[in-house]
Amino acid sequence: MRSTLAVVRTVALGRLREQPLRLVVTVLAVALGVALATAVYAINSGALSEFGLAARKLVGEADVVVRGARTGFDEDLFVRLLGDASVEEASPALEIELAPLGDHPPLAVLAVDPFRAAAVQRELVAGLGGELMALFRPASIALSAAAATELGVARGDEIQVRSGSGVQRLEVVQVLPAAAYPQRLGLMDIATAQWAFDRVGRINRIDLRLAGGVDVARFRTALEARLPPGVTTSGPAAERDRAANVTRAYRVNLNMLAMVALLTGAFLVFSTQALSVLRRRSSLALLRALGATRRQVEAALLAEGILLGAAGSAVGVLVGQAVAWLALARLGGDLGGGYLHAVAVVPRPEPTALLGFFLLGLVVTAAGAWVPAREAARAAPARALKAGDAEHAARRLRPAWPGLSLAALGAACALLPPVGGLPVFGYASVALLLFAGMLLVPATAAWLLGHVPGTRRAVVSVALAQLKGSAGQSAVSLAAIIVSFSLMVAMAIMVYSFRESFERWLGEVLPADLHMRVAQAADTAFWSAADQADIAALDGVRRVEFARQLSVYLEAGREPVQVIARRVSGESDFDGLPLVRGDLAAAPPGTARAWISEPVHDLYGLDVGHRFTLPLAGKAEMLTVAGIWRDYGRPGGAIVVDRDWYVATTGDGTASQGAIWLQPGARASDVEHAVRAEFPRGDALQVYTGGALKEMSLGYFDRAFAVTYLLEAVAVLIGLVGVSFAFGSQALARRAEFGMLRHVGMLRRQVVGMLAGEGVVLGLVGVLYGLVLGFLLSLVLVYVVNRQSFNWSIDLAVPWLQLGALSVVLVASAGVTAALSGRAATGTNALRAVREDW
Amino acid sequence: MSSPDWVLKISGLVKRFQPDRPPVLDGIEFELRRGEYVAIMGESGVGKSTLLNLMAGLDRPDEGILSFDGRDLARLSDDAATRLRRLEMGFVFQAFHVLPYLTAADNVGLPLDLAGAPRPERDARVAAMLEAVGLAGHAGRFARELSGGEVQRVAIARALVHRPRLLLADEPTGNLDPRTAGQVLALLRAQVHAQGASGVLITHSRAAAETADRILVLDGRRLVPAGATA
Repeated sequence: MRSTLAVVRTVALGRLREQPLRLVVTVLAVALGVALATAVYAINSGALSEFGLAARKLVGEADVVVRGARTGFDEDLFVRLLGDASVEEASPALEIELAPLGDHPPLAVLAVDPFRAAAVQRELVAGLGGELMALFRPASIALSAAAATELGVARGDEIQVRSGSGVQRLEVVQVLPAAAYPQRLGLMDIATAQWAFDRVGRINRIDLRLAGGVDVARFRTALEARLPPGVTTSGPAAERDRAANVTRAYRVNLNMLAMVALLTGAFLVFSTQALSVLRRRSSLALLRALGATRRQVEAALLAEGILLGAAGSAVGVLVGQAVAWLALARLGGDLGGGYLHAVAVVPRPEPTALLGFFLLGLVVTAAGAWVPAREAARAAPARALKAGDAEHAARRLRPAWPGLSLAALGAACALLPPVGGLPVFGYASVALLLFAGMLLVPATAAWLLGHVPGTRRAVVSVALAQLKGSAGQSAVSLAAIIVSFSLMVAMAIMVYSFRESFERWLGEVLPADLHMRVAQAADTAFWSAADQADIAALDGVRRVEFARQLSVYLEAGREPVQVIARRVSGESDFDGLPLVRGDLAAAPPGTARAWISEPVHDLYGLDVGHRFTLPLAGKAEMLTVAGIWRDYGRPGGAIVVDRDWYVATTGDGTASQGAIWLQPGARASDVEHAVRAEFPRGDALQVYTGGALKEMSLGYFDRAFAVTYLLEAVAVLIGLVGVSFAFGSQALARRAEFGMLRHVGMLRRQVVGMLAGEGVVLGLVGVLYGLVLGFLLSLVLVYVVNRQSFNWSIDLAVPWLQLGALSVVLVASAGVTAALSGRAATGTNALRAVREDW
Repeated sequence: MSSPDWVLKISGLVKRFQPDRPPVLDGIEFELRRGEYVAIMGESGVGKSTLLNLMAGLDRPDEGILSFDGRDLARLSDDAATRLRRLEMGFVFQAFHVLPYLTAADNVGLPLDLAGAPRPERDARVAAMLEAVGLAGHAGRFARELSGGEVQRVAIARALVHRPRLLLADEPTGNLDPRTAGQVLALLRAQVHAQGASGVLITHSRAAAETADRILVLDGRRLVPAGATA
C-alpha cells in the first residue's frame, strides 16, 4: 500500500509540478461540463417542484378528477355523482382562461363552490382566510400574489377581462398570501363565473373524494363507462404530472445538451490524459523498471484522473447551482422556452442530486483516464523506454471493427420506437454513433493523412511527414474537438432544419393580409355571428374567414386536443393548411371529414382513411381522417373540421380567430383601425399583419433556442481548449526536434509555420470528420429524436454558411493555436533541447 | 578581397549568463584553419556546448569577436545566422536527432531540401553520401529500423551532404559502444577531410579527441592546447 502511494505521489504530483496551468484548465473544463449538467437539472427540478406544488394544491385530497372539454358539460353530472354512494365529497369546478385587457398573458381561473371546495381543496381555500364570503359578491375574484403582481393590482382594485367581444369588470376581493399558491391564478365562485361568462349550467371539472374502502381503480372504470362523450377521469398523480408532461420532451432535450457538454469534458480529459501518458511513457517504463508493478502504475494514473475529476466536479456542482440561480433570474424556469411562464421558481439545492452530479463527473473523468492508464501499465518497459514507442502505442487504437460494430448498433437503435413517449433509443443511437465515430478516428485520420499529396517544399513535406508518422497521436488529440464539433454540427443542423420548417410553416398557415383573435388562448373571448358579419362588412375587406378553436379530451390521461372549426375550401390561396398527406377535397355528402395534425397521428395512432369519434357539445361525432397536416403550434395535437359542419352539429356560431384578405389598394392599418373601432376596448384585440405575426413567432423561436446555442458554444470552446492542449503538449515533446531543425538551418518562422501548417491540416481533418459525423448524428436528431419527442416532422436543411464559417474559424484557430504552441517551444530552450536525449 | 586562411576566428570572447556571476567563457582565443579538424575537451559544465552554440551563431557573445569566414557572427540577424548554418555548417549531436517519421534518405536530404536544391542533384548527393557512410542499402528505412551506430551515420551524412565549410560535432559518440564509436569517429574524420571541410569535435573522451588534428582543452574559462594545463 505504501509503495502504491509512493508511485501515485511520484506520478500525479510530479505532473502537477510539471504542468500546473494545464491541469488547472483541464479541471476547469470538467467543471464546465458538470456545472452545465447541474445547472440545467437544478433549473428543471426547481421549476417542476414548484409546478408540482401548485398542482397538489389544486387537486387537494381528490381521489378522482372528472374532466371535460373547456366548453364544459352539463352540471347534472355533478348532481348525479353527489348521489353516488361511493362518493364522499364532490366539488364542481369551472376552469377557464380569462383574457385581461392590456399587455398581459391569459389568467387561469378556477371557479369553485367555496364550501364544497373547502372539503377537497382544503389548502387552497384556506388561503382565503376569513374572506371566503367576499367571493360570493357579484363579479368578484381573488387573485394569487403572483397574479396580482403581474396585473399590477391590489385588494379592492378592479380588473377588466374580455367576455365575448365585450368587456367584463371584476373586483379583486382578496389577494392570497404568496405561500398559499405559487402560480398566477384567479379564484372565483362558480356561480359568479358561470353568470359572468355565459356558462350557466356548465362545468368542466369535478373533484371527487371517495368513501372509505372504495376501490379507486374499479370506481374509475365503472364511472368512465357512464360519462358523456368527451368527459374523462384521471387520478391525482396524473393531474400533478400534467405540467411535467407538457414540458418533458423540452426538458429531456436540455438535459441531453448538458450531458453533451459533460461528455465533451470527458473526452477532453481522455485526450489530455492519453497524450500526457504517451509523453511520459519512458518515465512510467522507468518506474516499472525500478520495481513499480503494473497495477501500481495503472492505479497511479487512474488516481491522477480521479483527482482531476474530483476537483472539476466539486467546482462544477457549486458553479452549476450558482448558474441555476442566475439563469432563473434572467430567463425563467424554462430557460426562455415559454413552457413554464406561470411559475415563479426558486432553485433549492438538493444534496442527493448534487452528490450525483459530483459522482457523475468523477466517473466520466475516471473513464477518460482509465483507457490510457491501462494501456500505459500494460506496455512492456523495455520497449516503452525507447523513443518512438508513443506512436506505436497510439496505433493500437487503429482497428476499425469496434467502431463499425458500435455504428451498426447505433443505426439499429435509430429504427426503434419511443419508450414512454421519449426517444430513449434515439438518444442511445446518438451516443453509440458518437462513440463509434470516436473509435473510427484513428483509422480514418491515418487514411486521410495518407492521401494528402506530397510536396517538394521542405517545410511542408516535413510537416506532412510528421503528421503521417504520428497519425495515432493526432487522432487522440482530435478527440475532444471532434466530439464537440460533430455534436455542434448535429445540433446546428437540427435547429436550422426546425427553424426553416417553422418559417415555411408560418408562411403557409398565415396566408391572409391580417390575422386577428379576440385574445390569446382565452375561453371567454369570442366574436358572435353578428360581430363576424360586422367585420366582413368593413371597407377594404375582400374576404374574411373565421375559425373557432376549442379543446377536447380524446383519451383519458392525455393532454386535450385542440379542435379548429374553419372553412376548408380546397383553394390553396386561402386554406393555410400545410398537408403532409391526404387532400382537402370536399367531403362526399353524409360524411364528416377531419384533418389531423401530426401529433394526433403519432399519439392516437390515427391515419388517413381512419374513422374516429370526436366529442363535441356532449355528443360523439364520427369523422373520417381526410389528411394529416404539420402543426408546430399545438404540441398536444389539433384536429381541423369544416366550420359549416361544426356550426350545424353544435349550433356554436362564435369564432375566436379570423383572417382578412384586403381589397386591392386597401391599407392594412386602415382595416386594422376599423376592426378595433367596432368593439369596446378594441385596442386590446390582437390584430397583426401576416409579416408581423411571422416575425413575432420567429422571435419566440430564437429566444427558446438561445440556450441551445449557448450550450453548443460552450461544448466547442471545451473542444478548442482540448486542441490547444494537444498542440501545446506535442510541441513541448518535440522541442528537441525543433532545436535540430533550427541547427540545420530552418528559420524560426519556418518552424512556427510548419507547426501552423500541421495545425491547419489536423484542424481540417477534424473539421471534415466532424462535419460528416455531425451530419449523420443530425439525421438521427431530425428524423428520430425530434419526431419522437415532439411528434411533428421537420425537413432536413443544412446551414452551409454557418457551418462553413465555423469550420474556417476552427481550422484557423487550430493553426493559430499550433503556431502559438510552436512559438513557445522554439525559443532558446529548443536549441538547448538538442543536448537532451529524446 | 581574398578569403582568409582560417574559417573561424575567435578573439577575446566573453560569455556570461548572469550579470552578477563570473562569465562561463572568459577571453577565449581560437583560430580554425581551412581543412583543419580540432577536438575540444573539457569537464562537464565548463562551457563546451556554450562555445559550440556561439561558433554556430546560435548564441551571442557578451564581448569579443567571433568571425566565420570573415563575417562577424555576433552582428548577423537570427535569419542571416540561420541561413549561414543552412549553407555553411553541419551538425552532429550526441543524441543523433534524426527525424523518426522521415526515411534515412529524407533525413540526409533535409539540408538540401531547405536550401532548395534541384531534385536530381539532391537525390544524387544523398545517394552518394549514404554510400560514403556505408548505408547505401538503407535509404528507405526509418530511424526505428536502424541501430544506434547506423542512426549516427545518417546524422553524419546529413551534416555533410550540403558540403559545409564547418562541421560541429557535439559528443557524437557519447551514446555508442566503443567499437561503433571508433568506426563513427573514423568516418567523421575521413568525411570532413574528403569534403574539404573544417571540423570541431567536442568530446570528453581522450580517445575520441585523438582522432582530430589538434586537441584543445577548455579549462578555467579559457581554451588552451592539451598538455598546457596542470
